[in-house]
Amino acid sequence: MRGWFNRTLLGFIVILTVLSVVTVWPSEPNRYLPSFIPWPEGKGIKFPWVRFEGGAILGQMRNPRAMRLGLDLRGGTRLVLEADTSQAPDVDVDKALEAASRIIERRVNAFGVAESEIQRQGSDRLAVQLPGIDPDEAAKLVGRTAVLEFREPKRDDSGNILTCEGGTVTYNPPGCEGGQEVGVPAQSITAQAEESIIWVPAQAVGSDGLQKDLTGRFLKPNTFVSGHPTTGLPILNFEMTSEGAPLLEQVTTRIESLPMAFFLDGEPIRGKDNTIIAPIVRAVISDKGIIEGLPVDDARLLSIQLNAGALPVPLKVIQQEEVDATLGEDSVQKSVIAGEMALLIVMAFMTLYYRLPGVLASMALFVYTSIVLAIFKVWPVTLTLAGIAAFVLSVGMAVDANILIFERMKEELRLGRSLVASIEAGFSRAWSSIRDSNVSTLITCAILYWFGDQFGASLVKGFAFTLAIGVLVSMFSAIMVTRTFLRLTIGTPLARRLGWWVVDLAEVRGVAAVTPATGMPPQSTSGGEE
Amino acid sequence: MFDFVRRRNWFYLLSLLVLVPGIISLIIPPSLKPGIEFTGGTTFTVRFAQSVHQDALRTALSDLGHSEAIVQRTGENKFLVRTRELEGAAAAPEVGPAPPSERDTIEADLQQRFGDFLDNEGKVSNRFIDFYIVSGTVSEEIGRNAGFAVIAASVAILLYISWAFRAVPKPFLYGTAAVLALLHDAVLVLGAFSIFGKVFDIEINTMFLTGLLTVMGFSVHDTIVVFDRIRENLRRIEGIDFAECVNVSLNQTLARSVNTSFTVVLVLVAMLLMGGVTIRDFLLVLLIGIISGTYSSIFVASQLLVTWEEGDMQRFFRRFLPWRRRPAPVETEG
Repeated sequence: MRGWFNRTLLGFIVILTVLSVVTVWPSEPNRYLPSFIPWPEGKGIKFPWVRFEGGAILGQMRNPRAMRLGLDLRGGTRLVLEADTSQAPDVDVDKALEAASRIIERRVNAFGVAESEIQRQGSDRLAVQLPGIDPDEAAKLVGRTAVLEFREPKRDDSGNILTCEGGTVTYNPPGCEGGQEVGVPAQSITAQAEESIIWVPAQAVGSDGLQKDLTGRFLKPNTFVSGHPTTGLPILNFEMTSEGAPLLEQVTTRIESLPMAFFLDGEPIRGKDNTIIAPIVRAVISDKGIIEGLPVDDARLLSIQLNAGALPVPLKVIQQEEVDATLGEDSVQKSVIAGEMALLIVMAFMTLYYRLPGVLASMALFVYTSIVLAIFKVWPVTLTLAGIAAFVLSVGMAVDANILIFERMKEELRLGRSLVASIEAGFSRAWSSIRDSNVSTLITCAILYWFGDQFGASLVKGFAFTLAIGVLVSMFSAIMVTRTFLRLTIGTPLARRLGWWVVDLAEVRGVAAVTPATGMPPQSTSGGEE
Repeated sequence: MFDFVRRRNWFYLLSLLVLVPGIISLIIPPSLKPGIEFTGGTTFTVRFAQSVHQDALRTALSDLGHSEAIVQRTGENKFLVRTRELEGAAAAPEVGPAPPSERDTIEADLQQRFGDFLDNEGKVSNRFIDFYIVSGTVSEEIGRNAGFAVIAASVAILLYISWAFRAVPKPFLYGTAAVLALLHDAVLVLGAFSIFGKVFDIEINTMFLTGLLTVMGFSVHDTIVVFDRIRENLRRIEGIDFAECVNVSLNQTLARSVNTSFTVVLVLVAMLLMGGVTIRDFLLVLLIGIISGTYSSIFVASQLLVTWEEGDMQRFFRRFLPWRRRPAPVETEG
């Protein structure tokens, strides 16, 4: 029964390891090996199965370089932005930042930056990571405040909506590139045709007699979504400022029964299904109005964006880092090679000092390393230099668990126990110290994580997170993996050679003869006072 | 069996001798050399294609209104420059093209004076190799939060150990001893970097703090292993003398403590020798801290337990502070 259990466990460990190694294996291993190890160029593992349809998890692994690297390893810009509330002290910073991060995300995506990261930080900050972008570009992308505009369809003299046929609609400035503007009666506009509407800024004459664009400036930042009193369908409620009310009145009078769209930073706000949100104006609206007929998700999204667009919280760059990409590449290779060497040295030490258990521990260490790296890659954890350091440190802790167990095993052997009993006692006795010491490390990790989160050192956060994963997996590896290996060895001829387990058998037996198995008798003289 | 316990006062003296130079250095301002993450400011690295003298670069920066600039040579025509916070380096106006930032101005001017820049790989470029800005408001917070983090970590560890050792008498004593050992290591690392700051110009940054907090975690990790053994021996061997029990436990865990630290030190040295310069200071923190952590778990934390249990403190006070002698308790006199 026991043997069956252990063999199943071994099978599980082997499968887990193989899966992990396949996941982690880089596409160009020769880049990460010390130069004295010859490795054929380009003999990495590509992922043939990803070409098959489906498989979202496998899709994660599609990119052969998918180990997600932090800016210090890849190069790029990191900005920390702070909401500047000095102009508008009564602003809901939380909501505004929520919306600001969406806006920035959209701008960044539109710019085509891969794997950008935008995170909330503390109460009034955003941290933006932009790989491969220099800070001036980054600041242009991020630093400007959002502009919300109300737009109406461009129409010809007879009141038909102008759509763009055979070309692409442009929004800034509104126009039709490579196509023809064709007038379509408002009634016959279909959902598809909405995409080809040419939207122009809705303008009205203000009380000062000037022509003004109707923008978020005139909207009160208090839109909200509610249920319709009779139909129960979601409606979006909004309110204009006193300056904005007459403007909206002019606009809605002009475009009654026509659609109206909302633009943020010159792009139309789109719903979840990616169609432009363009409700039909059903009545003349001045100070208060509702938008009906939106799916609830769209209504919520629009509400957030309307509030934010109407509420341009200026964002101030308070921290900026730029790292050259080539510097990063250099660091990666050096660190990876240093890590590999460190691992080999540790394995050599364990084998020399603990003999057969040391060999098994080295195998467990290999299992440990591949599992942790696989977690990093699949999660994905953004790997920074500090993260690599944390990983290497966790290797030390993984080894520590094994050292604790083996030292305990040796002690039990010295007390004259059998090999089997010593192994089991080694594990059960060492467990409490492994548990307590690792829990204290996890506590430190949690505090470090919080610390990093508070002042936006993503480096520190990454370090804490990486170390915590390492500590957790190391507990699994030290207890499950090494124990399974040891238990399976017991039945084999290897177990009969005690010399392979303990360095000097004679010395061990000698000690065992001197020290009674009951423990430490009070024979010493050192405890008392002089 | 080595008698650790009897020589405890010598170990304290040794710790003190190692700690004192660092503490003195910490007292003499500037106690630590803060990096820009703490002071606020700008640093950038620039590399020139032609040979440029450090003084010439300093003069050029001074002409640009940066007489406060600190120029450090870090390689072949490569310099690390630190200035006050450059204004407008990232601000973009609401509309229209951004005006040239202070950074642009400096880059343009330096290229005019000294010719092309090189990037890290030695190709001609017109940008600095790296560029960091930290505003003063952030840095203040970092310092404060770091303080919070250290205190929070200490308190959390104190509570956890007191809870984990709730089965033994005086669990709080174990927590206190572990935290004192932890502070011993933290002060040692701080002192060492205070001296390094004065001698080698090594600055401290957030990575230093991360390292320091890791060292604290590791120190406790080590201490707990010894304490766990003491806990077990107290339970298993009835009527054992406390000092004796600590000594036995220290001897039993010695091989483990040394071997673990040795492997971690091996790993760190390998990283230190082969890894990039970027994390060198960080690894140095870990190296010093882990050696100190192992030392303190054996020679400080465990010994403090004995010192307390044997009433060394009372005896010390009685001997050196005569006015405390009056109550004259009847217990153990030497």
